[in-house]
Amino acid sequence: MHGPRPSGARLRERSPGTQLEKRVAEPDTRAKPVAAEASTPALNRLAARRPSVIGSLGLVLVALLLFWLVVNFVKAPSYFVEVLFIGLATGCVYALVALGYTLVYGILELINFAHGDVFMLGGMISVTVAASFGVKAGTGALWPLVIAVMLIAIVCCGVINATIELVAYRPLRGAPRLAPLITAIGVSFILEDIGLAWKGPNYVGFPDVMPHSSAISFWGVDIGWNKVIVLFITVPVLLLLLWLVQRTRQGKAMRATAQDMDASAIMGIDVNRTISFTFLIAGALAGAAGLLYALYVTTVRFDQGFQLGLIAFTAAVLGGIGNLPGAVLGAILIGLIQAFNEGLPWHAPGSDWTEAIVFGILILILVFRPEGLLGERTPEGG
Amino acid sequence: MAQEVGLRNQLRSRWRALPVERRYVATVALQLALAVGLWFLDHALGYAALVVAALLWLRKLPPAPRVAIQAALVAAFAYPEPSLAVLLAIVFALLWVPGRHRRWLLPAAALAAAVFYPFFFDRMFTVPVFGPFPDVATGVYMVVFVMMAVGLNIVVGYAGLLDLGYVAFYATGAYTAAWFASLQFSQRSIHIGAVGLVPPDVPGIHVTVWLLLLLAGVFTALAGIVIGLPTLRLRGDYLAIVTLGFGEIVYVLARNGDHLFGFNLTNGPNGITPIDPPGWGNTLSRWTGGFLPSNYLTCCKAHVLGHQLTSADVFFWTALALLVFTVFCSLRLRDSRLGRAWIAIREDETAAAAMGIPLMRTKTWAYASGAFFGGIAGAYYAAFKSATFPGDFFFNISVFILCMVILGGMGNVWGVIVGAAFLAYLNQEGLANTGSWINTNIHFGHWHPNIDVPLYASGIYGAIILIVMLFRPEGLIPSHRREAELHRGVQDQPLYDATHAA
Repeated sequence: MHGPRPSGARLRERSPGTQLEKRVAEPDTRAKPVAAEASTPALNRLAARRPSVIGSLGLVLVALLLFWLVVNFVKAPSYFVEVLFIGLATGCVYALVALGYTLVYGILELINFAHGDVFMLGGMISVTVAASFGVKAGTGALWPLVIAVMLIAIVCCGVINATIELVAYRPLRGAPRLAPLITAIGVSFILEDIGLAWKGPNYVGFPDVMPHSSAISFWGVDIGWNKVIVLFITVPVLLLLLWLVQRTRQGKAMRATAQDMDASAIMGIDVNRTISFTFLIAGALAGAAGLLYALYVTTVRFDQGFQLGLIAFTAAVLGGIGNLPGAVLGAILIGLIQAFNEGLPWHAPGSDWTEAIVFGILILILVFRPEGLLGERTPEGG
Repeated sequence: MAQEVGLRNQLRSRWRALPVERRYVATVALQLALAVGLWFLDHALGYAALVVAALLWLRKLPPAPRVAIQAALVAAFAYPEPSLAVLLAIVFALLWVPGRHRRWLLPAAALAAAVFYPFFFDRMFTVPVFGPFPDVATGVYMVVFVMMAVGLNIVVGYAGLLDLGYVAFYATGAYTAAWFASLQFSQRSIHIGAVGLVPPDVPGIHVTVWLLLLLAGVFTALAGIVIGLPTLRLRGDYLAIVTLGFGEIVYVLARNGDHLFGFNLTNGPNGITPIDPPGWGNTLSRWTGGFLPSNYLTCCKAHVLGHQLTSADVFFWTALALLVFTVFCSLRLRDSRLGRAWIAIREDETAAAAMGIPLMRTKTWAYASGAFFGGIAGAYYAAFKSATFPGDFFFNISVFILCMVILGGMGNVWGVIVGAAFLAYLNQEGLANTGSWINTNIHFGHWHPNIDVPLYASGIYGAIILIVMLFRPEGLIPSHRREAELHRGVQDQPLYDATHAA
């Protein structure tokens, strides 16, 4: 586009910019319409107090959590900081996957169950391509090769995700909301078995290219290269995504479609193409995450997508689904929680309980604050 | 709005636009091509395709030639496959029964066939591709999963609440059976009604299985209420995710339950085994002259109709009795005030609330009743297998049961029974048989594929879900209301959302 784009600027001012979400015109009054009308002031006060009980319980919980963290920090400060960085790195990978969930939910209000498995396929594609490129530690052109592998994974996963939308979700536009969710579960299982048929049931190793020396050392804290590189790749990708959604014509189309599909179609936006594009972007993020995860943990397996996908979805919900910065915030929080749970020495439940803790958070968030940390209230929250 | 929803409807309207003669010619050509193609793969398969095509065309013929052709078909199979001839004869006879009688005759005939199944299954013909008929132990597995699917149908089919964590109820039932009928809590020694099964000096809690089924059902229903109360305020996909989360948490609890604050609740990954076998005890067995066996595992010595009874037979008949109870309850619930409230909520929650249906209470009841039958099925299956392992309660099983409901037809009990029986059979025997058929019969020159088909079970269920949702979202045997919702779209959007108001 040329010139100062006055209309675009105004649209950006009015819309919440990074928010990809169906806007609800009125507050949700359907749950208890009659009660809301007929309630006396006393009842109102009671209703206003009820969340505060839950809120204070939550505050107590947060205080206990902080106490636990502080004790752990005092007992082993350098260890604590290392665990913190592990959490940040895992959180970054989660963020890339969670953004895919949030983009798709923002535009279609569909939980794209298959997204985690697209991420898994991204890991597998990276492993295959890296093996064929001969990516090895000590190669002269190591980093350009890794970037090339990532680009291939990004393109493949984007195309896979857009194809899934075309085959499994588009024919069901207009059907009841749960129908595409059910097909998404089906697609997820199919993709998982494609991974299984392709690479077999065992862990597939990614070339161990990361230098094992620590990248940063201070006060006896050693941060490995694998964490630093994850941060180095994730941050530009996130900035690129924000630029795409906020500053480009296509991003504006995405935001418009997310707000109102019919009105966007009337305004001349090709809704189907915009949705395909959103899936393409989401798949690309999953592909990048697939490579980063393979670099980070150095193995790939056919069932990694399901678990990590659910965790990333939890992150998206925690931040407020449909909200891009929310997804990143939620993902980093979840990454930290997981790292603290698995790594801290003093009274941590341990890795056996990670899933239970993450899903517990998911349930608590959905029940008590379905709009998430940064999101807006949606009708699903009841 | 008469909008064509879904791929299949669009294809169908295009097909209907063709002239009739051309449609007939195309159909015959397609069927013949299919039969010839299959004949090259496996001769029996080609003949089967021809028979099915003939049956489809028979419906269009006037009565007299129809009878003649049916008789000829039966006679043609009388010599090579007598069991197939009998089956065809029964099917034809049922087709001649007028519709209003068929409504009860069809289930009655199916039930009779199921009850006598142990006597004739080994004399049945071999089905092309799928191999021989399943044995009775597979039958027990099938009936148990049909029970679970019928229970899930209450939640998903009637009330329209997508439950992705139904396995939690299965697990609760199974662990209830395991706790109260095994050596798990061997610091106590409590025996209730388990006379003749377990010697009285054995430690642990031992409750008779009949009491235990009820206990498991009630306990699981309570679990359903506990899970439901906070979560049922959510709608649609949020609810689905929360139930999934609960299902996963139950799995993690079962897996890590051997060190819950130093207490061994579930024996961790090793599972709880053995679990006491079901049985009626010595006294009841003596009173009924041995008709009710005292212990299912050491049953039975009797010969009936030239058939040596086995313990699998007794397990099968008991499971059938439980299934009949489940189906009866499910049907009565559907037609009750509560059931109509469920369907109203499924079709339009806002309108249902406006008509005075208490949403939370009604949904919680749906959850509790679905959970009740899941719990009974889980407990019975644990007693049959004599073990519970955490690995049995993974997310796959939830989707597996959901797939049964979707394939059969959400909301229709008969459809769900058919879908569940078929998929459970596939899971237990069918996939392995089909796999070996594929590996031997499909080849290019001398190259044979070597596919371990049961390994890809979940992918196959995923494909079934995808195909059914795209082409026949109402399932094999649809309920008419559900079909209308799925094909014409529904108003399940908020009222003030203009997207669907057109």
